[in-house]
Amino acid sequence: MSQSKPTTPSEVRQRAAVEDKRRRRKARAVPGRLRPKLLLCLYLLFVLLPIYWLMNMSFQSNTEILGGLTLWPDNFTLEHYTKIFTTETWYMGYVNSITYVAMNMVISILVALPAAYAFSRYHFIGDKHLFFWLLTNLMAPPAVFLLPYFQLYYTVGLFDTHIAVALAHCLFNIPLAIWILEGFMSSVPKEIDETAFIDGYSFPRFFVRIFIPMIRSGIGVTLFFLFMFSWVELLLASTLTSTNAQPIASVMTSTSTASGIDWGTLAAAGVLTIVPGILVVYFVRNHIAKGFALGRT
Amino acid sequence: MNKVYDNKAWLLILPMLALVAFSAIIPLMTVVNYSVQDVFDANTRFFTGTEWFVQMLNDPALQSALLRQFAFSLTVLCIEVPLGIGIALLMPKKGWQASAVLILVTLPLLIPWNVVGSIWQIFTRGDIGLMGWGLRELGYEYNITRSAVDAWGTIIIMDVWHWTPLIALLCYSGLRSIPEAYYQAARIDRASRWAVFRFIQLPKLTNVLVIGVLLRFMHSFMIYAEPFVLTGGGPGSSTTFLSQSLTTMAIGQQDLGPSAAFSLIYFLIILLVSWVFYTAIMNMQKDKEGGA
Amino acid sequence: MEWMVWTLPTTVFFSVIAAMLVGMTVWEVVQPTVERKGFLPISTTRGDRLFIGLLSAAYLHLMVVGFTPLSIWWALAGSVLWLLVLIRWG
Repeated sequence: MSQSKPTTPSEVRQRAAVEDKRRRRKARAVPGRLRPKLLLCLYLLFVLLPIYWLMNMSFQSNTEILGGLTLWPDNFTLEHYTKIFTTETWYMGYVNSITYVAMNMVISILVALPAAYAFSRYHFIGDKHLFFWLLTNLMAPPAVFLLPYFQLYYTVGLFDTHIAVALAHCLFNIPLAIWILEGFMSSVPKEIDETAFIDGYSFPRFFVRIFIPMIRSGIGVTLFFLFMFSWVELLLASTLTSTNAQPIASVMTSTSTASGIDWGTLAAAGVLTIVPGILVVYFVRNHIAKGFALGRT
Repeated sequence: MNKVYDNKAWLLILPMLALVAFSAIIPLMTVVNYSVQDVFDANTRFFTGTEWFVQMLNDPALQSALLRQFAFSLTVLCIEVPLGIGIALLMPKKGWQASAVLILVTLPLLIPWNVVGSIWQIFTRGDIGLMGWGLRELGYEYNITRSAVDAWGTIIIMDVWHWTPLIALLCYSGLRSIPEAYYQAARIDRASRWAVFRFIQLPKLTNVLVIGVLLRFMHSFMIYAEPFVLTGGGPGSSTTFLSQSLTTMAIGQQDLGPSAAFSLIYFLIILLVSWVFYTAIMNMQKDKEGGA
Repeated sequence: MEWMVWTLPTTVFFSVIAAMLVGMTVWEVVQPTVERKGFLPISTTRGDRLFIGLLSAAYLHLMVVGFTPLSIWWALAGSVLWLLVLIRWG
């Protein structure tokens, strides 16, 4: 826009009209810009309210919980958390869950990396069908596989071990990892591979030294997803374990006893299951936006 | 990308194939074997042929569970997809606010499914839950253990709470990949907000939306833990979905044969739907490459 | 393997499926498939048509077994015929 002063009256009027219009538009824009913020805040309130309520209850004693509705803890207490951290079945539940989730993440990413590379770089007989078959596993309801899994792991002597749950979760986590990684790998230009091979890199060396560092953020996001789906799954995890590898999810069912439900402990245990998730999402927060599109935008 | 035709790529696939086959094919074969027999234990079993399939296909309880399942999946999709797009459009794009909102929105996805059930169980109880208590104070006789309408509504709200973030994040990442130049061009053309959405943002979103709808359909189709904890399938069987009927039959009643037959029918439905979606995604990508 | 409670029909069933996969692979090596459009609304390769055929065969079996008094052999015969038509003209 030119900054020169207007010289004729008509030009002055025109300029004034333009300025006026702009001022009006700005005046309207303020509430217009506030409203999205307000809507977003409403949604966040909807998201956080149930979680707040859980936290609220975890800091109250059971008598206070059942005594009446209080919007915040009147007698702030940590008794439920103390109980969880001092009772072995409780804290071992968390240890067990984290153990099998970690095992599953390691196994899944190790076998998914080469497979995803193959899918992103090569055509081979049956590639499309293999990929589809993998996706159907992602969609298979765990309930379908419940019984045979129980039988299978019982027969091979893995029942009630962490590795059993880790292997079972591979059913949906490996396909998921391949799906996400394939998207990221496809966005790496093929010329990089070719140049490296011309420079005399062997395939394993190229893969570990050059390729993996290039898709680091993709691997981070994949690990986040692997964590997420293994951490939240409960049906398989609780069916394949009894006491030694019992996940926290099935320990929580023991809060309902003959004398009613121990609401405070249930709430505290629930709050503690959210914490690892927050930690993990905090680490990948900068990549997650890209990762959720699975490299397919 | 131009892919090279090379069957040696199978070598890279093999480790994965061995693991997934162990977790998928062997159990699937076992399910098929169960479905044609009446199994008491490995040595005491009788061949029944197609009897279980006939029984399962004509079981009114399962048919209504299937209908309920479709109704539920469609309802949550109809709510979550537009809501998720809306949230994604509202989310801030830069700065600490973006990170903070991102983490808060993601939060429900990272909570174990049965804990989600517990959270809502606590939240909706009439005596100790904020929502249950609040609705009663407002004069609505809210009771999820008695009223099927309340139970349904609560489960749908819970699912919206739990899974809208997935759609929102998918769309958010889709929106982030739109170059700023597009918006500038739209501003120069004085395009309306709606036109920007319709002609710039929505086309970019279709790809991620198909993935989102696919994932949401699948997960809502196998929903188990949340309603199980929240309502236990009740009142009556008004919120008993497929997974729960199946699990009750398989674990609760130990009816291996019928539950295996039911599993296979369930699996075939999933297979058909996911194939349709997959073909749609693949054809869309092909069109895109062909058109570009 | 005892816990998998194999029976003769299911063994035959899985053997046939495995044989089909092997056969398709061999056929593919000998004479690679070309993607084309037949009477189906989408263009397909041979493998796609086999999959569509098998999936529709499964549904056909369920329909016949569940809702008609017909014998399952009719469903099988129909499926084989349908599969051949699909592979050839689909």
